Amino acid sequence: MKGLESARTPEIVTIDGDYPAARLEQIWRSEPGLVGWLSSVDHKEIGKRYIVTAFVFLILGGLEALVMRAQLAGPELRLLSPEQYDQLFTMHGLSMIFLYAGPILTGFSNFLWPLLLGSRDMAFPRLNAFSYWVYLAAGLFIYAGFITGHGPDDGWFNYVPYASRAYDAGINIDVYALGLILLGISTTVGAANFVVTFLQTRAPGMSISRVPILTWGTLTASVANLLAVPSASLAFFLLWMDRQFGTRFFATAGGEPLLWQHLFWMFGHPWVYAIVLPAMGMVSDGLPTFCRRPLVGYTPVALSTVATMALGFGVWVHHMFATGMPSLALSFFSGASLIITLPSAVAVFAWTATIWTGRPVITTAFLFFASMIVLFVIGGVSGVMTGSVPVDWQLTDTYFVVAHIHYVLIGINVFPVVGGIYYWFPKMTGRLLDERLGQWNFWTMFVGFNVGFLPMHLLGLLGMPRRVYTYAYGMGWSSLNLVVSIGSLLFAVGVLLLLINIAISLRRGQAAGADPWGAPTLEWAIPSPPPSYNFAVIPMIASRHPLWETRLADDGARSTLTQGYLLDRGRETLGTTPLDARPNQILEMPEDSLAPLLLSLGLCGLFIGALVHAWWLAGLGGLGGFAALLDWLWPRYIHADLEKARD
Amino acid sequence: MAGLLGPSAGRIWPMNFLWTDGPRANPATALTWGVTVLSLFVVVVITLLVVIGVVVRRRRGIPAADAPIEQQGDGLAWITIGLALTLIALAATLVWTMAALAAIDSPASPPTVTLLVTGHEWWWEVRYLGVGPSRSFTTANEIHIPVGQPVKVWLEGADVIHSFWVPALTGKTETIPGRTNLTWLQADRPGVYRGQCAEYCGLQHAHMAVYVIAEPPAAFEAWRRTQMLEAANAAGPQMEAGQAVFEARCAECHAVRGTGAHGAKGPDLTHLMSRQTLAAGAVANTTGGLSGWIANPQALKPGAKMPATYLSGPQLVELRAYLETLR
Repeated sequence: MKGLESARTPEIVTIDGDYPAARLEQIWRSEPGLVGWLSSVDHKEIGKRYIVTAFVFLILGGLEALVMRAQLAGPELRLLSPEQYDQLFTMHGLSMIFLYAGPILTGFSNFLWPLLLGSRDMAFPRLNAFSYWVYLAAGLFIYAGFITGHGPDDGWFNYVPYASRAYDAGINIDVYALGLILLGISTTVGAANFVVTFLQTRAPGMSISRVPILTWGTLTASVANLLAVPSASLAFFLLWMDRQFGTRFFATAGGEPLLWQHLFWMFGHPWVYAIVLPAMGMVSDGLPTFCRRPLVGYTPVALSTVATMALGFGVWVHHMFATGMPSLALSFFSGASLIITLPSAVAVFAWTATIWTGRPVITTAFLFFASMIVLFVIGGVSGVMTGSVPVDWQLTDTYFVVAHIHYVLIGINVFPVVGGIYYWFPKMTGRLLDERLGQWNFWTMFVGFNVGFLPMHLLGLLGMPRRVYTYAYGMGWSSLNLVVSIGSLLFAVGVLLLLINIAISLRRGQAAGADPWGAPTLEWAIPSPPPSYNFAVIPMIASRHPLWETRLADDGARSTLTQGYLLDRGRETLGTTPLDARPNQILEMPEDSLAPLLLSLGLCGLFIGALVHAWWLAGLGGLGGFAALLDWLWPRYIHADLEKARD
Repeated sequence: MAGLLGPSAGRIWPMNFLWTDGPRANPATALTWGVTVLSLFVVVVITLLVVIGVVVRRRRGIPAADAPIEQQGDGLAWITIGLALTLIALAATLVWTMAALAAIDSPASPPTVTLLVTGHEWWWEVRYLGVGPSRSFTTANEIHIPVGQPVKVWLEGADVIHSFWVPALTGKTETIPGRTNLTWLQADRPGVYRGQCAEYCGLQHAHMAVYVIAEPPAAFEAWRRTQMLEAANAAGPQMEAGQAVFEARCAECHAVRGTGAHGAKGPDLTHLMSRQTLAAGAVANTTGGLSGWIANPQALKPGAKMPATYLSGPQLVELRAYLETLR
């Protein structure tokens, strides 16, 4: 992205048949073939790759869960050895929390943001491609450890000293530490990209009070990631140093084991919000479409999104209530944790009010969005219970918390995501998913989920600890565990129905058209699937619901969608001011490039070399990455463009 | 293995904390019930609001794209009223939380017994701290306490982090290497209260139970006096042979006070036969259980630090006979 300020004033034109689409298509399309595919920096392509990859990890994590549920279906079963069970629950957590829940939302936001914001790509398209390749590399890195029998085995929270070399001597924990540092790089550059994209590339007129709530969710999550990920990456790096070079950051003598918990949860708790806020945004945007009215309380909901995150940085100690802290500290963090309920309540009542003051048309997407409200409340109240210190001293580390985290992550992430797939699949592919199969899909998932996870609350209250590979007879846990295992199987069948629906609809689905739902936001103004350049002209936005303006008895604001900035001298889009979105620059967007992929491969070499102590490989990877970076940044096209600009 | 010690004090679910039996746990239990009922109420109300809203307001027979857009009011009253109700519920929860926290912070009267409990992979070392070393002794995995009297518990971690938890008597406190934590407990009724390590600590986290046995003060005193005694040296050829096997093969890790066995890596076995389970609740302390455990610990508790002993049949019989004298 380069600003060529005042080099020229862009033309404003009106769309007329093929004009200017045909010319833009030539400028923006990626080359066909493998090299073109590998070098694409198109946010839609990257977004879809994120979504597919994250779903693969969701399925892997789900299969791991099913194996664990088979082991726990009855007392004293011996299907798995303790070591196998420990690797499975660790990989399940890593897959779901790090490799699915965050990246899936990044995928949706990547695909949707420029379409929602009226732009032609993300602010840094190559960084975007890099972010994806590094994410893929991190996932493969961690799974390579697991497949070769050296998977991480100390839980996703990876407490020391168990994670130190004295108690876990294999490379399992190094796979964890290095793999997650790699993933942190992806998360960080992705977050920076979202923040700049939000501040600089919104269509003219789209002030910050007119953006969809999804962008608020992702923006908030991205800012949080920029602040939180360094804490975790630092912890992972220090741990790796402790393990490989005998430093003593987390050592019992000369170090501090508890430091790990602080660093981890200072990241971990904000991360939990980062992987639900964008999904809540999807509901805030999708639900009103089917309720046929704007979201109730746009401003309170947007503000509560930000407030949740701000408070989310002050509650990490509620993961550590049992570590023996003084009562004053406990009281403070208990209070802070309870207060987070308030911004959450704003969202819940806004959604409920949107249903009551609208006229909902029931579709599969609507069912997923509306049911999420209930699941959100269940996960929310159980969160309040664990926020109360004396109660948490009993609840923590029991199945009650397992139930809580699954209501939060499946309820507030998976359900909105699946709803989002039903909602935006037509935009991504041009075809609708089958509604009849969709209803089966919804009810199987909803019933399976609740049969599988509601009884876990009771298991927790009956004292079943987490992370045990088996349990004894006579504890009163046996029948409930069987019910849980059956429910999770049913839930898995529900997910399978989704995959079947996607497989069928990709080939035979009903053609969607540009706007199958009669929705209010910009992405529905362009064809499905969207052309490579997104918008033939950059639209000018006058309200929060550009496509509903004529249908809402409003103040008569009218956005201009068919007339706007042309920007056809190479890949260009419009830069605007951060708050009011007044045009202030032409953003020159980069061509496709292999450099992001090559840099990622270099990083892979560096990290694999560090893992197995093949320092030559680490050096080679580092140098290769540096070469790719030089190629990436080489200012080879500026002059040609200045020539062009002078024409 | 829960049945080993029998259900006690009405504990059908040995690990539940919906019904608790002491002043350290009870105020938290009342709060747990309170917030559970409040939570259920909130879930039911919101679920009804959503379901009824969808059923009452739904529009049938028209695709979404063709349905008109209507804006009936701004709906902000929902948010205002909802927030106000939430705030009241939260304030009540917060006040109750602080009150409960204060109530269980420390016992009403000075503790009569002080323990140092150390978490090991995967068992509990329990040291009774008397006045002076002669009044102190060490045992493992089973904690006897006098009914109705507060017991102070120092907590340390020997290797990795564990978490001490006896649901009916006290919530969790982690045992962290390099730190000393403090908790307390008190049982109001005699009985056997099961606890378990609550922080993931490795392969045998699942088999790291602890039992608290609350007895009338006189019975507790009798037990304490017995525990302070040293073991008598073996009498008779079989016993002597057994003791010799023990000192040759087991004393590296285990201690039997009064004999030449001083190992400190595993549980103190001076009064092994006074305990009802072996291996932190994983095995019943019966003749069969004891033989099986000595012969092949890895089959019963895979990953446990106790190695297979590879004793001959006669050695095993002698060793077991000796251990059975440690009452």
